[in-house]
Amino acid sequence: MSDLTRFTAAEIAAALADGSVTSVEVTRRHLDRIAAVEGDVRAFLHVDRHGALATAADVDRRRAAGEPLPELAGVPVAVKDVLTTVDLPTTCGSKMLEGWISPYDATVVSKLKAAGMPILGKTNMDEFAMGSSTEHSAYGPTRNPWDTTRIPGGSGGGSAAAVAAFEAPLAVGTDTGGSIRQPGAVTGTVGVKPTYGGVSRYGLVAMASSLDQAGPVARTVLDAALLHEVMGGHDPRDSTSLDMPVPPVVEAARRGDVSGLRIGVISELGGEGFQPGVRRCFEEGLEMLARAGAEIVEVSCPSFVHGIAAYYLVMPSEVSSNLAKFDAMRYGLRVAPEGVDDPSAEQVMAASRDAGFGDEVKRRIILGTYALSSGYYDAYYGSAQKVRTLIARDFEAAFEQVDVLASPTSPTVAWPLGEKLDDPLSMYAQDVATIPANLAGVPGISVPVGLSEGLPVGFQFLAPAMADDRLYNAGAALERLVTERDGRPFAAQAPELEVTR
Amino acid sequence: MSTPTLVKFEDALTRYQPVMGLEVHVELNTATKMFCGCPTTFGAEPNTQVCPVCLGLPGALPVVNAKAIESAIRIGLALNCQIAEWCRFARKNYFYPDMPKNFQTSQYDEPIASDGYVDVEVEGETYRIEIERAHMEEDTGKSLHVGGSTGRIHGADYSLLDYNRAGIPLIEIVTKTIEVPGDKAPAVARAYVNHLRDLMVALGVSDARMDQGSLRADVNLSLKPIGATEFGTRSETKNVNSFRSVERAVRYEISRHAGILDAGGTVVQETRHFHESDGTTSAGRPKSDADDYRYFPEPDLAPVAPDPAWVEELRATLPEPPAERRKRLQTEWGFNDLDMRDIVGAGALDLVAETVEAGATPAAAKKWWLGELARTANEQGVDVAALTITPAQVAQIQSLIDAGRINDKLARQVFEGVLAGEGEPEEVVQARGLEVVSDDGALSEAVDRAIANDPDAAQKIRDGKVAAVGALIGFVMKQMRGQADAGRVRELILEKLS
Repeated sequence: MSDLTRFTAAEIAAALADGSVTSVEVTRRHLDRIAAVEGDVRAFLHVDRHGALATAADVDRRRAAGEPLPELAGVPVAVKDVLTTVDLPTTCGSKMLEGWISPYDATVVSKLKAAGMPILGKTNMDEFAMGSSTEHSAYGPTRNPWDTTRIPGGSGGGSAAAVAAFEAPLAVGTDTGGSIRQPGAVTGTVGVKPTYGGVSRYGLVAMASSLDQAGPVARTVLDAALLHEVMGGHDPRDSTSLDMPVPPVVEAARRGDVSGLRIGVISELGGEGFQPGVRRCFEEGLEMLARAGAEIVEVSCPSFVHGIAAYYLVMPSEVSSNLAKFDAMRYGLRVAPEGVDDPSAEQVMAASRDAGFGDEVKRRIILGTYALSSGYYDAYYGSAQKVRTLIARDFEAAFEQVDVLASPTSPTVAWPLGEKLDDPLSMYAQDVATIPANLAGVPGISVPVGLSEGLPVGFQFLAPAMADDRLYNAGAALERLVTERDGRPFAAQAPELEVTR
Repeated sequence: MSTPTLVKFEDALTRYQPVMGLEVHVELNTATKMFCGCPTTFGAEPNTQVCPVCLGLPGALPVVNAKAIESAIRIGLALNCQIAEWCRFARKNYFYPDMPKNFQTSQYDEPIASDGYVDVEVEGETYRIEIERAHMEEDTGKSLHVGGSTGRIHGADYSLLDYNRAGIPLIEIVTKTIEVPGDKAPAVARAYVNHLRDLMVALGVSDARMDQGSLRADVNLSLKPIGATEFGTRSETKNVNSFRSVERAVRYEISRHAGILDAGGTVVQETRHFHESDGTTSAGRPKSDADDYRYFPEPDLAPVAPDPAWVEELRATLPEPPAERRKRLQTEWGFNDLDMRDIVGAGALDLVAETVEAGATPAAAKKWWLGELARTANEQGVDVAALTITPAQVAQIQSLIDAGRINDKLARQVFEGVLAGEGEPEEVVQARGLEVVSDDGALSEAVDRAIANDPDAAQKIRDGKVAAVGALIGFVMKQMRGQADAGRVRELILEKLS
C-alpha cells in the first residue's frame, strides 16, 4: 500500500469508509511520521500517541459495528496549542502556561472529538500567537519542511509545517492578522481564515478578541472545506458567534468553477515590498484563472495602506487587556521577585509576568497599554477603529464590483531563521495583505500557486462576510489549474525530509 | 496616624456648604451570574459557584444574562432615566487578585440608563436627587486578608480569595452632585439610599440588603465655603453598611473636612473606610482623577440594543413608586404622618397593607403589627416580616374578634398559638378552647355572683354611676378565665341593676 501519510484527508476518509484501512493504521502511520521527522521540523509541542490511538480504535470499533459516522471520523488532526484541551497541556507557546492543563475543551476541540477525529497533538506557535515566524515560541522555532533553515511562517507555523511535512493531513490554526494564511503561503499548504464569528472562539486563548478566528489548515482546498464544516457553526458560548449555518464550503470546493467569476485584483497589494518572484507567481495565477473563464478586474481599496498601522494599535490594545489575566494568582507560572523578603501580590505579579512573557509579548502589551491610556486613546485606539471602518467600507465597495478579491498572500517567500528577529517592523510588514480581512471580519484563503527560488508562494482570495464558499470555489479552481500545470499535486513537490528513526 | 481635628457639625455648617455624590451598587437577584451560568446563592462554600468564565480562565468567553439586562432597564425606568437604544460593555483595566481577568466588565461612556431623578422625603420636605447614570457591571471576588493590623491587603500575612461573588450582576447608580441645606445633608443621603432600597425591593430585582452587601453605598463628600461656586476636594467613603451609617458617614466627613479646611489644610482625594463601631472614617487608597483604567469597548460582547417596544412593555410592569404608594395608602387608611412613620419604620408597610387587603380595618392591622407582633419580633430578635404568621391569619383573628367569638385578650393567645405552629387561627381557638362565653345562663350566674361579691359597686350603679360597672365586669371575666363576651356581661349587669 502507498504511504498513508501522503493521502489527502478526503482520500483517507474514503479509504476508511470502504474499509480498506483502519483509523488505527492511519493514525499510527502519522504518529510514526511525526517521530521520524520531528527532529527536523519541530512542529509539535505535545504529541498524544495514546489519546490519538484510543480515539482511532474507538472509531474503528464503531465503524465495524455499523454505526453511521461523520465524514472525517478516524482522520487524524493536529491542533494549534492556543485552543484549550482537557487531555493535553495548552501553553500558547509561552513559559507562562508551561504545563497548564485546561479544565475544559475549546468548542472547536469538542467538535473535532464529536466528529471522531483523533487528535495527534498540539502544534507550535509564536508565543500567544504573536509573530510571523514561530520563532517567538518559548519552546524554540519550527522549521519550514521545504527548507529547514527557513521559517514556517507564523504564528501558526507548527500547524502549517505539520501538514506540509505529512505529519498530519489536517490541522487547526488561528488567524488574527494572517496566522493561518501566511504560514500556508510559505509552506505550500492551504489555509483559511473563516468569516469572523463563523467558528467559535470559546476556548481559543485570546490574543485580540475582535480579530481572532480559528480555521482549517490542509494540503488541498477540499480537505480544508471538510475540516471547516466540522469546526464551524453557531456557539451560544461565544457572543460574537454568528447564528447562521456554515456556508456550503464542501460543495463549493468540489465545484471549483471560475467561469464568469469576477475577480478583483487589489491595486494597493502586490506592488512595492512584494518580491518579484512572488509577483510573477501571482500574475501567472491570474492568467490561468482568466484562461479558465474568470473576469479579472483591478479594484482599488485605498484605506488598505493604513491597515498595518491600524492593526498594530487595535491588536496590542486588546492584547494588553486579554493578557492581564496571566498574573500568577490562580494558575500558570509563579515567580517570587529576587531579593524581596515577603513579597506582595503585586510584586509577585510583576516578577511572574516579567519572567513568563517573551520580548514580543511584552512589546505588544506595552504598545497596547500606551494606546489605551487616557489622553492617547482617541489619537491611537480611536483613530485605528475609524480606519477599520474605512477598510470595511473599501471591502463593501469592492464587493459591489467583484465576487472575490485577490492578492499575493505574503510579500515574500520563507526567509532564513533569525533574519528578521531583530527587526520587528519588517516582520510586521509581512502581514500587509492578510490584515485587512481581519480588520473587516471577512474570510480569506491562501492557496499555493507556484515556486519562487524553490519556495512556495501563496495566492489569496478574499470574499464578503459569510460567503466563505466563494473562497473554496475560487481556491479549488486555482488548485486544479496549478496541479494541471505542474503535472502533480503541489504538496508532492516538497523535498523529502531526511527520515531519522 | 494622627487623629483628625473635628469641627462640630453645626459649626461647620455656618462656614461650609456640603456637596455630596452617592454611588450605590445593587446586586441583582438573578438566579445566575452576569456572564455565565453559575448560581448566585449567598453564603455558599467558597469557590464552589465558579466556572471557566467567572474564573477568567484562558479562552473562556462571557455571554450576557438577559434577565440582568431586563432588571437594569426596569431600574433605569424606575429612576426616571433615559434608556439607551444602543450601548456597549467596556473593560475597566486594573490589577487586583480578586479580579479573575484583571479587568472588570462594566460600562463606561455608554450606560444603559442615564439622566433620571428620584424624589425623597425628609421631615415632610421633598428633595429631588438627580441621577447621572445607572450602568451594568460584574462584581469582583471577595478577599479575606489574614493577619496584619488593618485587615487590608498591605501588611496581611496571607489572603484568601473567594470567587463565588465574581461575576454577580451589579447595577451601579450614580447621582449628580447633591446640594441641600447642610443640616439636612446627612438625612437626605440616608433617605436616598433607603428610597433606593425600597425601590429595588418593590421592583423585585434585588434583595437590597445592606448587611449582606447586596446594596452598597459609597459616599462622596466635599465642602465649599458658603457662597463659593467651585467644588472642594472630595473624599470617597466606602464600607458604609447601613442606612444609619450613611447618615453618620456624611456627618463625620463634614466635621473632618471642616477641621482640615479651618486649619488652612488641603483635603486629600482618597478613598476612606467607615467604621461602624465609632462612626469615624480612616484613610484608604489615595485616589486621583489620573487613575487610568484604560476603558475600551468589550470586544467579546455584542452591543446591547433593547427593542423600544420591549422597553415600553417593561415600563408597564413597573410597580407603583414607593413614595407614591405610601402617600396613597396613608390617604386610604386615614392615618396621620406619625402613624405612617411608625409603620414604615417598623418595616411593616407591606404587612399592614396585605392585612387590610385580607379584610381587616387599617386601625386593627396597625394595632396588631405594631403592638403584639412587633413585641414578639423584638423578643425573638427578628424582623417583624420574618414572623411565622401571615397577614391573612392576622385578618382572620381580627374577624374572630369582630364576630365576638374571642376578645382582644384571647386573641393574644391565638397569636401565640399560630406563631407556635399550632395551625390556623380557627384551629387554635378550637384546640385551646378559647371561644368566649356568650351563653346568658352561664353569664347570668356569674353576674349574680359579682353583684353579691361587691355590693358597694352594685349600689353605685343603681345610683347611676355607670363607671363602676368596670369592677363587676372584671370580676366576671376573672371567673370565666377571660372567656366571656365583655359586651354582653356589661349589658346583663346593667339590666339586673336598673
